[in-house]
Amino acid sequence: METYSILRQFADSWMMLFLLLFFLGVVVWAFRPGSRAKHRDIANIPFRHEDKPADTDSHGDGDRSKETRK
Amino acid sequence: MWDYLKLALLAVIALLAAIAANYARDLAYLVNALTIMLVAGGLFLWVLRRTDEPKPAAVETGYMDGVVRYGVIATALWGVVGFLVGTFIAFQLAFPQLNFEWAQGYMNFGRLRPLHTSAVIFAFGGNALIATSFYVVQRTSAARLWGGNLAWFVFWGYQLVIVLAATGYLLGATQSKEYAEPEWYVDWWLTIVWVVYLAVFLGTIIKRKEPHIYVANWFYLSFIVTIAMLHVFNNLSIPVSLFGSKSVQVFSGVQDAMTQWWYGHNAVGFFLTAGFLGMMYYFVPKQAERPVYSYKLSIVHFWALIFLYIWAGPHHLHYTALPDWASTLGMVFSVVLWMPSWGGMINGLMTLSGAWDKLRTDPIIRMMVVSVGFYGMSTFEGPMMSIKAVNSLSHYTDWTIGHVHSGALGWNGMITFGALYFLVPRLWNRERLYSLSLVSWHFWLATIGIVLYAASMWVTGIMEGLMWREVDSQGFLVNAFADTVSAKFPMYVVRALGGVLYIAGALIMCYNLWMTVVRGQAKASAPAAAPAE
Repeated sequence: METYSILRQFADSWMMLFLLLFFLGVVVWAFRPGSRAKHRDIANIPFRHEDKPADTDSHGDGDRSKETRK
Repeated sequence: MWDYLKLALLAVIALLAAIAANYARDLAYLVNALTIMLVAGGLFLWVLRRTDEPKPAAVETGYMDGVVRYGVIATALWGVVGFLVGTFIAFQLAFPQLNFEWAQGYMNFGRLRPLHTSAVIFAFGGNALIATSFYVVQRTSAARLWGGNLAWFVFWGYQLVIVLAATGYLLGATQSKEYAEPEWYVDWWLTIVWVVYLAVFLGTIIKRKEPHIYVANWFYLSFIVTIAMLHVFNNLSIPVSLFGSKSVQVFSGVQDAMTQWWYGHNAVGFFLTAGFLGMMYYFVPKQAERPVYSYKLSIVHFWALIFLYIWAGPHHLHYTALPDWASTLGMVFSVVLWMPSWGGMINGLMTLSGAWDKLRTDPIIRMMVVSVGFYGMSTFEGPMMSIKAVNSLSHYTDWTIGHVHSGALGWNGMITFGALYFLVPRLWNRERLYSLSLVSWHFWLATIGIVLYAASMWVTGIMEGLMWREVDSQGFLVNAFADTVSAKFPMYVVRALGGVLYIAGALIMCYNLWMTVVRGQAKASAPAAAPAE
């Protein structure tokens, strides 16, 4: 068989099955029991660290305002 | 040492560009080579003046916001340029006299149209995506941008791509692929810039301090990775000469057409949708001051969108030489795509549940909500138009242009404006925007402009499609092409006026943002600045 037919056959059989199962797996994973608290935590990421990175909590404030003015 | 290396490199580039300009076989190549020579020469002088000078201690803490500020300015600037060109070519279509005789070959519709599309998609949209992605990835990773000055390289390198492409279009360098018009050397340069962009973004995610990768970053990342892949495959071409802009595509015939629309539709799917969804998932929750409605839904939204979009391209080639199975595949995936799109829209809109009163008081959130609304409308219209029976009426008509603009002006434009209004006071450390009522003016001008645009294009598109297929009792076509052109005139004027309203809103935004930076009060950070009771 030429390359086209081999790839074509693979694409609409095993690859399609793999993609479908992967997607269903993602859905199951998203709705797994016990994920609610974790998702709530992730959803709140934008409301932390608005002004400075996590590792400069103690002394980063002055540096940032300096950069802001630059 | 690094400075000397840079100097040598820039000198070599400037020299090679000068040689290339000398041997140039066409005008576009000549101008582009001279542009590169001037840029490299200017950078050479800039680096030279800093070599062996004492360097100020580098500030390596805090977020890297300078490049985001430049990105915000570039977004607003290119936006106005792109809207202006768009409005002008809309008038050119209504009044062909505007294809001035003295500017034939440079400023006629055919040359300006790719300038408009590239300016709004890649210059306005691209700068908005780069700037917001740099802003969002830092905040949601709680880490400074990775790679130091590489972010600046991405910004300026991208501006160079825009300038080379824009001047090239006007002078006739194009590979005639819609939304991928730039010729081979611009494609190569964009590839380099894009790989560095990916490195900066991914590097920041890798050194993140938050254990999880926030959903906005997933969307941004998929946008960067997929655009890299699409860009490389759709631009596989061999230059005719190293000293000319012309190149020849490696694919030919229907393979080339399919590759082009695989690229073209995913430019919509990953540039104008996934990237901008990254914006939505950060800025809508921030402006509404509440977390996204359902994080689970956002995960499903992401994976469903990623898995479906990549197959939808063939719907651009219904009733062509494309095999029937391929266009059916494209149609089916386009229709299925409706579901994740609306899942995402619902997720964005419902983020406001419990805070709907903000719609009355906050014109910025109003802008974002209308933007998500337009996302929902155009992702319903798109699947409908991809159905073969509908497509046989709508394809090649102005309906397509109306559809594109309800997505581009409504969804991409409005969410970007919302993001700019959000970002400017924060980036320049201002208490608030200069004027909220100007934001309201912008909102209404833009919204009415879009409505005029989309409505006139529906009317003219469907009318045109029906006129093309109308046959008399003998089976002869009733209308000549020119009949449809003259019938469309009133709608073309309405469309151009819609564009005038839209750009008026954008100019008001620029004034408002400018005054925010210049006149706005600095945000009081220390209690010492509090007024006495």
